[in-house]
Amino acid sequence: MRSEGRVWRFGDDVNTDLIIPGRYLDNYDPAHLASHAMEGVSKEFAKNVRKGDVVVACRNFGCGSSREQAVIALKHAGVSAVVAKSFARIFYRNAINLGLPVIISPDGCDLFIDGDIVIIDMSEGVMISESRKVTAQMDQIPDHVRKILDAGGLVPYIKGVIADRAKR
Amino acid sequence: MDAKAGQIVEAAPDLAFSHENTFLVGKSFLELGVGRIWDPSKVVVVLDHRTPANTIQTAAAHAKIRQLVKELGIEKFFDVGEGICHQLLIERGLAKPGQLILGADSHTTTAGAIGAFATGIGATEMAGVWAMGSLWLKIPETILVSLNGHLAHGCFPKDVSLHLASVLGPSGAEYRCVEFTGGHLIDTTISGRMVLCNMAAEMGAKAAVVPADSTVLVRYVGCEPHPCDPVQSDPNASFEKKLDVNVSEIPPMVSGPHQIDKVGSVEKFKGISIDQAFIGTCTNGRLEDLVVASSILKGRKVANGCRLIVVPASRTVLEEAIGMGLIQTILSAGGTILPPGCGPCLGAHEGVLAPGEICISSSNRNFRGRMGSDEAEIYLASPATVAASAIKGEISDPREVLPNEV
Repeated sequence: MRSEGRVWRFGDDVNTDLIIPGRYLDNYDPAHLASHAMEGVSKEFAKNVRKGDVVVACRNFGCGSSREQAVIALKHAGVSAVVAKSFARIFYRNAINLGLPVIISPDGCDLFIDGDIVIIDMSEGVMISESRKVTAQMDQIPDHVRKILDAGGLVPYIKGVIADRAKR
Repeated sequence: MDAKAGQIVEAAPDLAFSHENTFLVGKSFLELGVGRIWDPSKVVVVLDHRTPANTIQTAAAHAKIRQLVKELGIEKFFDVGEGICHQLLIERGLAKPGQLILGADSHTTTAGAIGAFATGIGATEMAGVWAMGSLWLKIPETILVSLNGHLAHGCFPKDVSLHLASVLGPSGAEYRCVEFTGGHLIDTTISGRMVLCNMAAEMGAKAAVVPADSTVLVRYVGCEPHPCDPVQSDPNASFEKKLDVNVSEIPPMVSGPHQIDKVGSVEKFKGISIDQAFIGTCTNGRLEDLVVASSILKGRKVANGCRLIVVPASRTVLEEAIGMGLIQTILSAGGTILPPGCGPCLGAHEGVLAPGEICISSSNRNFRGRMGSDEAEIYLASPATVAASAIKGEISDPREVLPNEV
């Protein structure tokens, strides 16, 4: 995977109540959820996020509730990947299951700032800002996760598994 | 299972539960097109987050879920008013020691209180479990927390959890299993163990376990067909980290806005004026919580300008509290009783906070905006500290008002 996007940079412990507050969860429409994405930390994000943008955060991104709407909101808003020092595990699984790449980078949040245009090169395991000449390292996505992500998420992945079984 | 920490395994759950997010589970499940659930007898659905329905959209989602459980043959369905999923799992004997339990909720860790390995997942993943009967799990490293000593007057398991939050922080147990051990557990009721396991989620824990001892196992005598083999570490287990805590040194604790580890002794927060006091939730809405709160409220009044909201964790808790006269005590003190469920904890209804308001709550999360306005503040504490604060209208030390015999 090689993609280009604009950085929105956040800090530690961005919880799912900040990503999508509970008061919006009774409406499951992805467009509604996207219109409130990151509202707890940034009033600008939902207004100005563009397709392909990258969320860069520090430790424990997505902690708190198991609400899958946190991933739906980001994905539908156009976010192409979330890069963080570490992820809360349910958010991490939810993102994979809905086909949103989540990548661990030990130094990404220290090196990038809001508005950086970055190239994510998964095969090389790097994230680069060419204009600022900054390169962050990224961990490889583990194989058991990669195959779900490559399928586009858990639903298409399981459909594939079922189809393979039927062929045998 | 013969697996080591770090290993990825395909695991089959003994129980799989979800709440209002069953709406999303059902949506993904129907997309999978498999038609039937792998084992409907292992599936539990509880409506608890927005009950009774707060909006037309919620009401429509509830209606859809009722239709879905009927079509898919899910018999373990608990409708509006029965209580919080984590409470029902243990109270109704659905969760058993030794089980692998998956819940589409972050506080699934609560069921570790009876010696199960219980971990949270998301809605789409639950749909996958409904279809396939298994999922991938990584065997976690374990943090061993040894609790010894006896709690001082006015101090409760919630205070122990808030103390642990000060040590571990919001990600200190990330991806880890927290196993509790030590002599203090002999003193700790199942209700108290539920607090410890529930709050471990706030430190990032994947699961939390109190290995089942006689306090727990007596409830499952003759439990068939499950062998009731409680989850606990092997005799020669290695631990990533060990914490030793003398609980007798822990004072009543308070966690301040907007993060769990902004925590300190109640002394540090005393005198902060409050608008709302909330007792309830999967953390602290059980009978023994209401007993403690009522003992403080008895013969007293909630302070002018302060609202006290009490939400029993289940119908059974409410019925028992009525039987013991606790509800009358709370009402006479000026408190408001709401129907069993999650209440205002997640900011959907029943006590949402206005900008600038301050709430002290027996719940588990004080994230910014959690209970309503982004400009409101939430302090977390034990039900005793919440009740003591309600009668003074400011954060108060429960030791000053809690009767000696409690």
